[in-house]
Amino acid sequence: MFDAPHPTLATPTTPPTRTDPKIAACNVDVHYGTTHALRDVSVEIEDRTVTAFIGPSGCGKSTFLRCLNRMNDTIDSARVTGVILLDGEDIHDRRVDPVQLRARVGMVFQKPNPFPKSIYDNIAYGPRIHGLARSKADLDGIVERALRRGAIWEEVKDRLQASGTGLSGGQQQRLCIARAIATEPEVLLMDEPCSALDPIATAQVEELIDELRASYSVVIVTHSMQQAARVSQKTAFFHMGRLVEYDATSKIFTNPEDARTESYITGRIG
Amino acid sequence: MAVFWLIGIVLALAAAGLVLGRARALACVGGDARGLHSRPVYHGWTVAVAVLGPVGLVLTFWLLVQPLYVGAVVSAMLGDSADPRGLLLAEVRRAAEGLEAAVETGVIPAALAEDARADAAEITRRLKAAGQVVTSDLTAPVLRAAQRTLALNASGDRAMAGVVLAVALAGLVLALRRIAPAFRARPVVERDLRALLIAAASIAVLTTLGIVLSLVFNTVGFFRLYPAAEFFTGLDWAPSFSGRGGASDLGVLPLLWGTLYISVVALAVAVPIGLFAAIYLSEYAAPRFRALAKPLLEVLAGIPTIVYGLFALLTVGPLLMRVFGEAGLGWMQSGTAVITAGLVMGIMLIPFVSSLSDDIISAVPQALRDGSYGLGATRSETIRQVVLPAALPGIVGAILLAASRAIGETMIVVLGAGAAARLSLNPFEAMTTVTAKIVSQLTGDADFASPEALVAFALGMTLFVLTLGLNVVALVIVRRYREHYE
Repeated sequence: MFDAPHPTLATPTTPPTRTDPKIAACNVDVHYGTTHALRDVSVEIEDRTVTAFIGPSGCGKSTFLRCLNRMNDTIDSARVTGVILLDGEDIHDRRVDPVQLRARVGMVFQKPNPFPKSIYDNIAYGPRIHGLARSKADLDGIVERALRRGAIWEEVKDRLQASGTGLSGGQQQRLCIARAIATEPEVLLMDEPCSALDPIATAQVEELIDELRASYSVVIVTHSMQQAARVSQKTAFFHMGRLVEYDATSKIFTNPEDARTESYITGRIG
Repeated sequence: MAVFWLIGIVLALAAAGLVLGRARALACVGGDARGLHSRPVYHGWTVAVAVLGPVGLVLTFWLLVQPLYVGAVVSAMLGDSADPRGLLLAEVRRAAEGLEAAVETGVIPAALAEDARADAAEITRRLKAAGQVVTSDLTAPVLRAAQRTLALNASGDRAMAGVVLAVALAGLVLALRRIAPAFRARPVVERDLRALLIAAASIAVLTTLGIVLSLVFNTVGFFRLYPAAEFFTGLDWAPSFSGRGGASDLGVLPLLWGTLYISVVALAVAVPIGLFAAIYLSEYAAPRFRALAKPLLEVLAGIPTIVYGLFALLTVGPLLMRVFGEAGLGWMQSGTAVITAGLVMGIMLIPFVSSLSDDIISAVPQALRDGSYGLGATRSETIRQVVLPAALPGIVGAILLAASRAIGETMIVVLGAGAAARLSLNPFEAMTTVTAKIVSQLTGDADFASPEALVAFALGMTLFVLTLGLNVVALVIVRRYREHYE
């Protein structure tokens, strides 16, 4: 859509080093109407890393995830305060368009939500609206690449014109992941992507997440601590709207600092 | 009156049965309801149903059969007569009603009314004096037949009352004796209840069937008098009434053309406005505004169409005349025209399109919108490429529903479109529709044996088939393309 990088969301002139955070959140508070859903959360999310958010239901982890691409803007009663930087730039800056932000920070939802279109059109949706393809052949290539990376190409390559809603739950979720990848985001947010999937599909999605780490920063909300341990390098534990502990996954699961974290991972609260 | 009292007595018996059955059920287990198979109230209901059910059947049957029987007897009495049988029977019925009313008001003593040798002229005089309309003088056979009718009806009513009361009492006693702790009263009541529900459902279906059959028979009757080929392909609509003589041209095409033309104009107004309103209400409007605006829009659907007709005749017509009429562009001869009726009908249809579409668009899962926003789509991209395609089958259904309303609409056309049946492309000319012509063919003194009146049924049938076809298409589209969301 734009030949030159967008002025307000330009990539930093110096490429980010391994230690530069991709996303830096500082003192983020979220209110839904009168409910204080998230309190004073500060977190730094690294590039090319899988970060897991764990915590009991209603602890604010999904709410925080939705802050990162301003999806809370679509909820009328939601109010977000605090600073969130993407590559050093405030995503709440008045010059930042949430639409462009979401093209850079993709999202996969808890329930598979394929559009009522063909499999091909589902994948091509994002590239089309962002003008990523110059020709039909170009678009075909993007669609095939996304479906391959979504580990679903072999299953659907013969029926790309079939409806996306006719796939099984696991296939739908992988279609949605492929759809998110097709727009080439820099960060991929996944909100409990495996909660509706059987163990086999879950394993496929987890494998996919591991592959995505090579090129993206992935943030995943999950209720399964095994999953967090398997796929993530960093883990954040949320409780009662607060970020309790954030550290390397191996440390959180073997030697947590906070008593609440230990209670949760050993199954005493939640 | 007798039937009214009879039903009252039966209802009282049923109520008594309800109370008695319940009490008896409790009594037979010594007041401990847990000893019964079914709760006491179900036992009560079995008694009430045992009274009401058979009585209902007997009463319905009797009320249907008695007039047929009396008619047959009287008809046999009159024998072969030069008069058309139907007219004579109608006269007998009127005479019988007159006599009955006269006896009730005391103008004619009951003895005289029943007297088999009473003078016909004398009775006629007294009936006329009492204001009981007797168009022509009663003849002796008619009087005798009327008297026989009254006598038969009176004895029939007495017998009916006897039989009904006997059936009711028998049901009451038998049902009360049936009550025992092990009696499975609940399944019995539930079975009867289901029968009642089935009966209610079948009445609606059977009525529809009856309407369709009457349309079909009269249409067939019309095609006996008038060739079907001319009806369906005729380009002229010029009915001549019997008074003027001469043959009529009864071609349906000009009327169908008018119907479709006005409907298309109406939909051209209603669909864009209604759809845009629906998109605004469901996607952009603040919840509080939507809560206020939607009911207000739906008020439009509650306005009687005759009021829209007045609006077309008194407001829209003159307004259009000022712009397109003699004083303005000079395209329009009078205020009643296709454009007038179409515009007003379009306004009438807006709430159908907008309200239904709004519901359908709102039913598209938020997850789909989130998915689209999550990919960096704007609100309008999301609406155009995700929400509307997902809602399309429902929207098409809503539009077709509006179309069948437009085709069946009458009053707006009668008042707004004029009465001339013509095949023309000019929207500023007066035209008329199938519905408006049905009205004009059947109002006034209609002789139901002439093609000019019977054509109304053929027109009705055409309309019925047309709207039925539209509804079927709408259903098929909605079924085939509906996405199933959990």
